[in-house]
This record gives sequence, C-alpha cells and structure tokens, in this order.
Amino acid sequence: MREKGALWNNILLGLSFILMTATLYMVFIFVPTEEAMGVIQRIFYVHVPLAWVAFLSFFVVFICSILYLWKRSTKWDILARSSSEVGIVFTSLVLITGPIWAKPVWGVWWTWDARLTATLVLWITYIAYLLIRSYTAEEARGARFAAVIGIVGFVNVPIVGLAITLWRTQHPPAIIFREGIAPPMLLTLLVSITAFTVLYALLVVRSFSSKNLEAEVKRLKDSLFR
Amino acid sequence: MENAGYLFAAYTIIWALVFGYTLSLYRKQKKLQRDVDLLKENLEEK
Repeated sequence: MREKGALWNNILLGLSFILMTATLYMVFIFVPTEEAMGVIQRIFYVHVPLAWVAFLSFFVVFICSILYLWKRSTKWDILARSSSEVGIVFTSLVLITGPIWAKPVWGVWWTWDARLTATLVLWITYIAYLLIRSYTAEEARGARFAAVIGIVGFVNVPIVGLAITLWRTQHPPAIIFREGIAPPMLLTLLVSITAFTVLYALLVVRSFSSKNLEAEVKRLKDSLFR
Repeated sequence: MENAGYLFAAYTIIWALVFGYTLSLYRKQKKLQRDVDLLKENLEEK
C-alpha cells in the first residue's frame, strides 16, 4: 500500500516538475508580450490557473461534504479537509497576484469591486471551514458542521465566477470566451492550467496521506495508553 | 520592461509559497510516518 502511494507520489511529482518547467519556459520565452499592458500581463498565465484550481478545490470539498453527510465515511471528511487546505493556499495566491497585477494597471492595489470582494469572502469562508473542523471538540460533530459549511460555502464559487457579468466591475471580463486570444497565449494558458491542476492533485494526495497518518497516530496512541 | 519588478514579485511569491507549503507537507508526513512506526513497535512490545 505504501509502495503504491509512493509510486503515485513520484509520478505526480515528476509530472508536476516537467509541466511547471514547461509553463515557466512558455510564460517567459515562448509567448509574445501583450501590446496594451506589456510584461505585467504575463501574470495572467498564473493568476487564471490559480483561480481555476481554487474553484476545483472547493468543488471537491462540496462533493466530498455531500458524500460525508450521506455515507458518514471519514475518508470523505479527510479528502474535503485536504482539498480545502490546498484551495485556501491557491486562493491566497489569487488574492496576492491580483493586486500585484492591479497596481500598475488600475493604479490601486485593491478595490471593493464585486469579484474581488466575493473572492475575499470565499477565502474567509474556507478559513472558517478549517477552523470549525479543527476546533470542534467532538470529532464527528466537527466533521458534520464542516460538511455543511463545505456545501453552503460553495454557493459563493459561481457568484465569484459570474460577478463580472452580474455587476459592473473593475475586473476585466473573460476575454477568452468573448473575443478569444492569440493561439500562443491560449496554448500557454492551457499548459499552465494543466500544470497547476497536476500540482493540486499532488498536494491533495500529500495532505490526504498526512491526515490519514494523523488519524492512525491517534488510534495507536489510544490503544497503547488505554 | 516597465513593471518587470511587479512580475518578478508575483512569480517569486507564488513559488516561495508553493515550495514552502509542499515542503511542509513532506516534512509533516515524514514525521508522522516515524511516529506510526514507533508506536507500532511499542504496541508489539507491550
């Protein structure tokens, strides 16, 4: 079992390394500089994939939370926790790279526009999810509370996605779907999305294994000191 | 190369955070695996 886990880990680690190297090559050498914004537009090739992976993470939390409430199997709770932890890391990076991009383009680091605010609310929701899961004294009760937040909190994901069409925002619209982008830019974006998705899988697998080991340590300690 | 500093800052922060988080996960898992092995040994001796 441990060997199988190590094999998957090595495959994901190797694939992640290759894809990330390819992404960096494409972002800094292959793709042409965008005319209007200049080099700063290259943040786009990580900002969008980071947001995509954050949404994917919270979707996995949503599905696992439903499955936990339905089946009451701890594996779904552990998977939901792992995915939310990784999702928070990626959302944090979205919230960091966004202002770095905004400052030279908009002239401000932050503005309380619909998409930015909804993203911040999303980040806070999943921080609350982890806090409740960690600090509720009774294990099963904490898992149940967290699962409810994992389901209700996901409502905010489509709001973040649709904010640019529902309200007038400072954030630019999704030009990929409306006007399309140059093929080298699209290719770079797709490679980057793939790289970050594989990285997400690697991190979730690692986090899931750690949380399983934590549970095993607890079980063994209980048997030893009983 | 106007605004190259911002671009450099963004990529540095991303890689520092991702690398730090990945490393912390690997270290945590290694420590937990050691704890599991030790506890199993102790249980067998008991």
